[in-house]
Amino acid sequence: MSVATESGATGYRPSRTMPIWAEVRRQASRRRTQLALGFMAVLPLIVLAAFEFGGGEDEESGGAFDSLVGLATSGGLNFALFCLAVSAGFLLVVVVALFCGDTVASEASWGSLRYLLAVPVPRARLLAVKLIVALAYSAVALLVLTGVALIAGTLRYGWNPLGSTVAAEIAPGPGLLRLLAIVGFLAISMLVVAGLSFLLGVLTDAPLGAVGGAVMIWILSSILDQITALGTVRYLLPTHFSDAWMGLLSTPAQVDDLVKGAISAIAYATLCWGVAFWRFTRKDVTS
Amino acid sequence: MSWTSRLRRALPRPTRRRIIAGSATLVLVAGLVGWAVWPERDGWTTQDEMITVVSGPERNENVALDARLYLPRDRDGKVPAVLLAHGFGGTKESVSSDAESLAERGYAVLTYTAQGFGRSGGQIHLNSPDYEVRDAQGLLDWLAARPEIRTDAAGDPRVGVVGGSYGGALALMLAGQDPRVDAIVPSITWNDLTNVFLPQSADTSATGVFKKGWAGVFFGNGGTVPADGAAAPPPTGITIDPACGRFAADVCKAYLDVATTGSPEASTLDLLRRSSPAGTVGQIKAPTLLVQGAVDTLFPLSEADANARSIAATGTPVRVAWFTGGHDGGAGPQSDQDRVKFLTVQWLDHYVKGEGDAPSDSFTYSRVAGFSALDRDLVTNGYSTDAYPGLAGTGRTELELEGPAQPIANPPNGNPGAISSLPGTGGRLSQLLSGVAADIPGQFATFETRPVGSAIDVVGAPAVRLRAASPTGEATLFVKLYDVDESGTPTLSAGLVAPVRLTELPTSVEQAQERTIRLPAIVRRIEAGHTVRVVVATTDQAFLSPVQPATYTVQVASALELPTAVGTPIANPQTIWRYVLAGLLGAIVLGLAVLLLVRRRRARGQHEPTLPEFAQTPLVVRKLRKAYGDGFVAVEEISFTVERGQVVGLLGPNGAGKTTTLRVLMGLTMPTAGDALVFGHRLEPGSPVLSRVGALVEGPGFLPHLTGLENLHAYWKATGRPWADARFDEALEIAGLGDSIHRRTKKYSHGMRQRLAIAQAMLGLPELLVLDEPTDGLDPPQIAEMRRVLKRYATDGRAVLVSSHLLAEVEQTCTHAVVVNKGRIVASGPVEEIVGESPSVQLEVSDVPAAERVLDELGVRSVLPDGPSGLIVDMNGTPRSEVVASLVRAGVAVDRVVPRRRLEDAFLALVGDNSRGSGDR
Repeated sequence: MSVATESGATGYRPSRTMPIWAEVRRQASRRRTQLALGFMAVLPLIVLAAFEFGGGEDEESGGAFDSLVGLATSGGLNFALFCLAVSAGFLLVVVVALFCGDTVASEASWGSLRYLLAVPVPRARLLAVKLIVALAYSAVALLVLTGVALIAGTLRYGWNPLGSTVAAEIAPGPGLLRLLAIVGFLAISMLVVAGLSFLLGVLTDAPLGAVGGAVMIWILSSILDQITALGTVRYLLPTHFSDAWMGLLSTPAQVDDLVKGAISAIAYATLCWGVAFWRFTRKDVTS
Repeated sequence: MSWTSRLRRALPRPTRRRIIAGSATLVLVAGLVGWAVWPERDGWTTQDEMITVVSGPERNENVALDARLYLPRDRDGKVPAVLLAHGFGGTKESVSSDAESLAERGYAVLTYTAQGFGRSGGQIHLNSPDYEVRDAQGLLDWLAARPEIRTDAAGDPRVGVVGGSYGGALALMLAGQDPRVDAIVPSITWNDLTNVFLPQSADTSATGVFKKGWAGVFFGNGGTVPADGAAAPPPTGITIDPACGRFAADVCKAYLDVATTGSPEASTLDLLRRSSPAGTVGQIKAPTLLVQGAVDTLFPLSEADANARSIAATGTPVRVAWFTGGHDGGAGPQSDQDRVKFLTVQWLDHYVKGEGDAPSDSFTYSRVAGFSALDRDLVTNGYSTDAYPGLAGTGRTELELEGPAQPIANPPNGNPGAISSLPGTGGRLSQLLSGVAADIPGQFATFETRPVGSAIDVVGAPAVRLRAASPTGEATLFVKLYDVDESGTPTLSAGLVAPVRLTELPTSVEQAQERTIRLPAIVRRIEAGHTVRVVVATTDQAFLSPVQPATYTVQVASALELPTAVGTPIANPQTIWRYVLAGLLGAIVLGLAVLLLVRRRRARGQHEPTLPEFAQTPLVVRKLRKAYGDGFVAVEEISFTVERGQVVGLLGPNGAGKTTTLRVLMGLTMPTAGDALVFGHRLEPGSPVLSRVGALVEGPGFLPHLTGLENLHAYWKATGRPWADARFDEALEIAGLGDSIHRRTKKYSHGMRQRLAIAQAMLGLPELLVLDEPTDGLDPPQIAEMRRVLKRYATDGRAVLVSSHLLAEVEQTCTHAVVVNKGRIVASGPVEEIVGESPSVQLEVSDVPAAERVLDELGVRSVLPDGPSGLIVDMNGTPRSEVVASLVRAGVAVDRVVPRRRLEDAFLALVGDNSRGSGDR
């Protein structure tokens, strides 16, 4: 590629700009990254403490996770599952939206985005690196939550089979695989949030707008999904299959809904990212 | 600011493109929602009618039946008919959705409320051949007389009979009694009510155990007029007896008899037999599709099995299908409902309508596969075998039960009693998983196998052999088969138990005769590692057990026979989504690959200069124009050149278009027309040649949480260029921040950030440096230093482009200047040339008219007034000293003589007092 050095400065190659590791460190130095990851690590410990010191009185809430609460202290796997279940609806959404929505928008709001583009980091490369790193941080957040919950739960409650009310107990070995599969599905379903927030982050210069917008759309979709009168339209909602991971607790595991959920999430994420790339590679960067 | 203007600012400006895109999205969403919720036009018409039929053993009782005829809306000629009968306690309304879907498929469907129910007259005779069955025959007559209905002969309509439970038995009995019926689809129904209500699972002739739970539910359901009839006045002829409700006297008496004692009189048994298809089922000539539920403690699979065997014995086509549902399990999971619907329609289409191939003999069933999180219900997998295997399966597995003979106590009145099922609650199928089974300590004996080595697919009725001893000579026992998982949780499949009543028992178990107990047929996979537990209990709340307390001894022989079947899985239509997912992923990967290839090819073209003749010229801007999406034109037309060694100043008031021009130079903005060439390469966003340009545009942009040095490092890392090329030391020297370089940039003053930004722009010593208002925020010594730096920088073949709105700055820093106003170039050239001495002078004199006269005499070119005491004079070569001398000589006091320069002339003449920028146009 001797030609490449001819048009650019010495040592400049478009494919070497913005190394992924540099972006990882760029994000790692940020307080919000440290706080978000730290909270993911602390949450299971808070939950554990709540179980330990909380009163013994069970409230009759009748929620969807009732059975999971009852089983949460039965073993490390169940404790991790409980932590995942309570986080999946909102906390994970916020964290993923934060990582993916804020990454481009904050550079724009600081004014550093135009200097990166003037390096020049090719626009598509900039987005790709930002997206990959944001997704990696989201995955790390999910894994930290699971890992800490699993370790803390196992130390406190033991290495016991994975229990649920929908099927018989699953031995610890296969149970761990099921738990990892649940983590995998949650990761896939979070792609919708990642896609929405990333798109909003590219469209706006306000990091809060991107994060909040994505979370709001997620909540709106969840609310619409509760309205059964909408019929088949609900299948198009990005959150419709977000609970499908529970099928993995069944024996044998029920994957049909997971497959549909994965299709929905991947399709939405691809659409959002496609629009984000299309827009960003064409727009005038004025911030 | 009012909230409306805030809102207007917050919202994007409504351009035409946005409006079109927005409305298109809105229309699409509205269309989708509308399409989904729009009610479809019904494909049928209905007609309600009270049909009077002649009923009774003497054919002298007129009964008015509340009926409804569904006719397909688009029908050509006469259509075949389906008589659709409802279940016990229902009315014609309870089958309306089935009727609608059959009518949709081109059948005339007659639904009616059986006598004794709803708004129909008469009494409940429990599918008596003289009453309910005769009523149905009357309905066939009525159908044959309708002009819309196809007939086989006069008075013989082409008709299939479909019904579940009570209606299913009616279908069987009508087909057995009336040869006009062309096909039947009875589901979840009985063969013999004596076996149903007095089941006996042992191979003995003793009367069975009274199934009090279900009998009570049955009897209670016939006691009142259902709610839908309550609003209307009760139909004439309906009398409700407080003890018997709408049951006929003989049926009521039979119930009271058996419910009281548990051992029925002969007349009761006669009545139950008469109300059963068992007697006439052998006469059925109509092809029969039997659908039975595997989760049904009222009419278990054995009832359908008995029907199937009797009908098949005469050579009439019979097909059997089991589904995971029934009187306890409901309609079952969607996959089962779809399968049953498909089989029903296929059966009717061939045998009634005369369309489609003959259905095969294959037997289909389903097994619980797990739990669906979204539907909150069970998921089943469908299987098929080539032929109906009966309850004995196609194979068998024998397991060894272990356990000694055990004494078990029967409590008085069977209370407390074990729970196996909850008759009539219509509970959700999923409850079967959590299990309602509970045994009472002391009342049951346990016999268990070792963990099974490999999974066993049980399909059919398992069998055990039992010996029992009783001090009273009789024993009522309930035998159950539990699937016990590794953690010891037992599951009673479908809540089914085998009630056994043994008589003539010895008092010692050694002397007892071994009896074979046929357990209820189940469909279940016993996973490897599970054990099978057989429990013999003395009580069950669903059954009537003896009043007298007694203690029995029971011993189950070691051999447990499990019938098995290996079915071919029925393709799950859901698996298509897996292919969709694979296809989607494949399409995404393919799309990405194509995109990357196209980009790479395009990137290759960027390496060659667009215009080689400018390859050594740092910057050539040609006829640049930029109009924004909202119609605002920031740059009308700008052309200039920056050569090596030059420091070019882009001079203009605020909003003249300087920043927009620089944005285009940095590849941040696309020009509307014209172009900018850097070393011969046309600038596009991300052009590699931008790496030879260092820039400060629109103020500094730093990561606030990093120190100045970290920011520079982070920036250089992003360039991906060798570390040594950055020349950090030189840049830091220029920044001159001292120790502050180690403080976070969010604590920096404006000037510090500005200097850091200039240092960042100079990292790597780019060949072209573009600085937007570089002295903004700097103090005078720093400005002076900056001028020196920039002048020095432009040596060695490098070039600098500086924008500024300050004339003095450009004049002192630059070698060349380009004056811009309102998006156009006003003047350009070397600074010496345009800054050089102007032929004009600005004078301030004490007497303006006198001065004008003197100046006219001197022969200057022009005199213009400038304020109250000022004059601007074009000297036309006259020395300034001479002008001053002449004025003084003429007695005009001269306060000030200011030589003017060309750039100032140009700048002021064009920008002048009109200091508003192009942004305000």
